[in-house]
Amino acid sequence: MSPAREPETAPPPQPPDHGGREVLASDDIRRALKRIAHEILEGNKGHADLVLLGIPTRGVPLAHRLAEAVEAVEGTTVPVGSLDITMYRDDLRTQPTRAPEPMSVPRGGIDGKVVVLVDDVLYSGRTVRAALDSLADLGRPSAVRLAVLVDRGHRELPIRADYVGKNLPTSRAERVMVRLQDLDGVEGVWIA
Amino acid sequence: MKHLLSIADLDPQEITSILDTAVSMHEVQDRQVKKLPTLRGRTIINFFFEDSTRTRASFEIAGKWMSADTINLTGKGTSVSKGESLRDTVLTIDAMGVDMMIIRHPASGAPAQIADWVDCSIVNAGDGTHEHPSQALLDAYTLRRALGDLAGRHVAIVGDLTHSRVLRSNLLCLRALGAHVTLVAPPTLMPSGVTSWAAADGFDVSYDLDDVLPRVDAVMMLRVQRERMSGGYFPTAREYAVTYGLTPRRLGLLQDHAVICHPGPMNRGLEISADAADAARSLVLDQVSAGVAVRMSILYHLLAGEGDAQ
Repeated sequence: MSPAREPETAPPPQPPDHGGREVLASDDIRRALKRIAHEILEGNKGHADLVLLGIPTRGVPLAHRLAEAVEAVEGTTVPVGSLDITMYRDDLRTQPTRAPEPMSVPRGGIDGKVVVLVDDVLYSGRTVRAALDSLADLGRPSAVRLAVLVDRGHRELPIRADYVGKNLPTSRAERVMVRLQDLDGVEGVWIA
Repeated sequence: MKHLLSIADLDPQEITSILDTAVSMHEVQDRQVKKLPTLRGRTIINFFFEDSTRTRASFEIAGKWMSADTINLTGKGTSVSKGESLRDTVLTIDAMGVDMMIIRHPASGAPAQIADWVDCSIVNAGDGTHEHPSQALLDAYTLRRALGDLAGRHVAIVGDLTHSRVLRSNLLCLRALGAHVTLVAPPTLMPSGVTSWAAADGFDVSYDLDDVLPRVDAVMMLRVQRERMSGGYFPTAREYAVTYGLTPRRLGLLQDHAVICHPGPMNRGLEISADAADAARSLVLDQVSAGVAVRMSILYHLLAGEGDAQ
């Protein structure tokens, strides 16, 4: 079984491999997140009951940036947390063990909330499937949405994103590398 | 990592990885639904040839919370009591296709011997007077939560050191994490050859508890194991309590930030007074709580993945 997550082939912080083609620059990421924030608010008819949960590693800073963008529009803070899915992966037996990332659920919990899962790359859909299982153990949101910076296709499960920064057609042989200033010291999305 | 037989088998990075993972596992204890699907379809046998409350219960809870099928066996309830050899018994269990056996045995080295016989993973849950690695890991986890990084911290391990498997595992674990350790015990309960051992491994030995207590960040009181004693190691329980017990007077010798540990079960009034056991700085129940999280982490590291840990 293929690993559920694409960009984890290179641990941070690392600049992208030479020869990769840049598909999103820092400004493009900023604009995409701003647009997604507006779309989230439009779809939710405001910020009521919104909770943003980033999927480590890079989904977490992206969730915080989305929260900042929402705050800039609405003038109110939105709860942000992180949802580690390591223990819910379906490929644990075929992958080396790794330490889970810290999990943090906002103080108000997720019961009855509109939870927006935030990740960097949507690929097979297995990470999102694991995140949905993890959410079910934490509570019962009124709705779950998915926001991703890049959708590279090749889904293996019937899962789709509600909010996409960029649809990026790829072949399975290609690698998509997301780098964020907060974690990697460099920012952009490359394909190689 | 297939087995956990001794702390000596782990390097500092592996110890840290287990402790870091336990942080995430600890969060599960506060959930309404205490269940992770991580070890679904795995079978774990708790095989205890000695009495145990904390270790057995926490390993069972850890397995169940990670969705493994856990089964408890005791020596008394198996064919061992009919005369079957230990080897035949564990080979029989192994032939049933289990993934892991968690072994508690009165004979030092029994889990390591069993690991040579069977194909499944073996966890040493305490063997005689040899080691108790999961206890050392949960003690380190508890101390790390209370004190932060253990590098440079000073820990005193006090009491019946001769018969203590907890001592051996804790000494290895704390030293691997960079802590400074002082052993304190009456001469009759200090392991033989401890001076050369201390010189080689870089820890201190003292026979004066009052002298050591003001200098430590943590004091770990060990149980006086009367069940393993065949001779007169000290004249009376009263004398031991006065000389080496953590009495209310000795509580006052500790620094303000210093904490108290005890792996349990406690002999209140012997090695530890009720005042010390119930003090705000006592981490005894924190250790029990951490026991489940750390054992979940151990099961995860031994059973969940293939290849080397990342």
